[in-house]
Amino acid sequence: MIERPGDSEVRELYRAVILDHARNPRHFGRVPNPTHTAEGINPVCGDKLRLFLEVRSDTIDDARFEGTGCAISLASASLMAERIIGRSVAEATRDAAAVDLSLHGNSVDALPGDLEALKGVRGYPSRVKCATLAWRALDAAIAGNGVVVKTE
Amino acid sequence: MLAQEKQAFAAERIRSDFPALDQSVNGRPLVYLDSAASAQQPNAVIDAVREYSRHDHANVHRGVHTLSHRATDAYEGARDKLANFINAGSRREIVFTSGTTESINLVAQSFVRPKAKPGDRILITHMEHHANIVPWQIVCEQTGAELVVAPIDDTGTLDTQALIELMDDRVLLLGIVHVSNALGTVNPVADIVREAHSRNIPVLIDGAQGVPHSAIDVRALDCEFYTFSGHKMFGPTGTGVLYGKESLLEAMPPYQGGGDMILEVGFDKTVYNELPYKFEAGTPNISGFVGLGAAVDYLSGIGLDTVESIESGLLEYMSGRLADLDGIRLIGTARHKASVQSFVFDDIHPHDLGTILDHQGVAIRTGHHCAMPVMKFFGVPGTARASLALYNNRDDVDQLITALKTAQDMFA
Repeated sequence: MIERPGDSEVRELYRAVILDHARNPRHFGRVPNPTHTAEGINPVCGDKLRLFLEVRSDTIDDARFEGTGCAISLASASLMAERIIGRSVAEATRDAAAVDLSLHGNSVDALPGDLEALKGVRGYPSRVKCATLAWRALDAAIAGNGVVVKTE
Repeated sequence: MLAQEKQAFAAERIRSDFPALDQSVNGRPLVYLDSAASAQQPNAVIDAVREYSRHDHANVHRGVHTLSHRATDAYEGARDKLANFINAGSRREIVFTSGTTESINLVAQSFVRPKAKPGDRILITHMEHHANIVPWQIVCEQTGAELVVAPIDDTGTLDTQALIELMDDRVLLLGIVHVSNALGTVNPVADIVREAHSRNIPVLIDGAQGVPHSAIDVRALDCEFYTFSGHKMFGPTGTGVLYGKESLLEAMPPYQGGGDMILEVGFDKTVYNELPYKFEAGTPNISGFVGLGAAVDYLSGIGLDTVESIESGLLEYMSGRLADLDGIRLIGTARHKASVQSFVFDDIHPHDLGTILDHQGVAIRTGHHCAMPVMKFFGVPGTARASLALYNNRDDVDQLITALKTAQDMFA
């Protein structure tokens, strides 16, 4: 394609890994017997996401999500599901806190694995909500069942 | 000068009147295509507000001192300008509000609510902005009245026949948008008012998107209420107008109580002020209305006919170029449209488009445009919307198209 001015910065946001997960979200769908669920809504753009977890012996055996959203929110949910499956609830909670701190604050700590790609949204205040929607839903699912979280 | 030359000359001059347009955003010249959300202000408005604040500010209708007189003259002068601008019968029919939203809420609470009872109906259309839905829902909750919605078709055109069939003797009021903010559809409001009146139904027109784009004559329309916002017609935010027929406003109870809306206050009884002050409790947005008065002068100076012809040619050009893009779906393709084109792409979410365009200096609106029922009707979570004002030109549209192609390349 033709390289136009401004492309390099916006490509920082839409990194290949983000576009890949947005096009082909991993773990999209429902867990057959969820132990925890939560719904996330981003009222500004109408993004909706429902998260299903299957937690056994403090381990997240399965995580799936369904809903509609922009590339950032879909990719974030997909990356999250990929990250937390097989990890303990405490580890997943730590990841959620790290993502939150990293996107809202100026933390220089690298995010684990592919989650680092989410850092591209830091320069876009209106888009941070998109990236954190799935993680807020994760916190809510762990904290209690059936909660609707909003990114406002 | 020939009309065409005059128009080209005007278009060129107009752009330089708006200082906010002359800047770079993300390293690119700003292309502002979000005037339906809020329009930029010309120097005439900015200067009028500044001069007022620097020299003339005081409270209105209260003091005997010089500045208070100047402030009152400036504020009331704006009311005269607005009355002329929409051809109201009298300045008493121009109530200053904070915007279209407050204007509609005022009518809902002071005109409809006192007479509404279970079984009554409030009629609106499927293409209304939330501001012309929610105030009526509140009245319905308060009174047991029912909200009834006239359908639209898949071009975003109102089904006028279905609307007329819903006009029965249970309907207390028809609330209808003049120009849809999400679809750009121009409704045939004059005809609709005539139909409603033949069935004794009063009509409120939401003119937020109507006023900046074409000449409004409320007496020719003969509507009971016409509402609009200052910031969509190049004036300051926090200013709006409720036009209402004098006899109706006269009979309506006040919307809010406070200073300035009274003639005499005692603990046993209060006598309300005359129109329009009965509806203007508290110190108003004086500097804002001074600015709005300047916006009226500015628009009148250019002429709404000139504005309309600049915009209609440009809208046709924009919609045509958008339609040529691969994978695009235009939302809102009614025959009579003004200023707005909504669209979605198969594979790119509107929010991603908005961000990628912003990176190229192009400002558009993305989301549900405070018209969620419209989004639901078209089966989309939101749209991207490019909206035009008198200061836009073909270069702006070309930049939009280039930016959209970049987004398509990225998501290809």
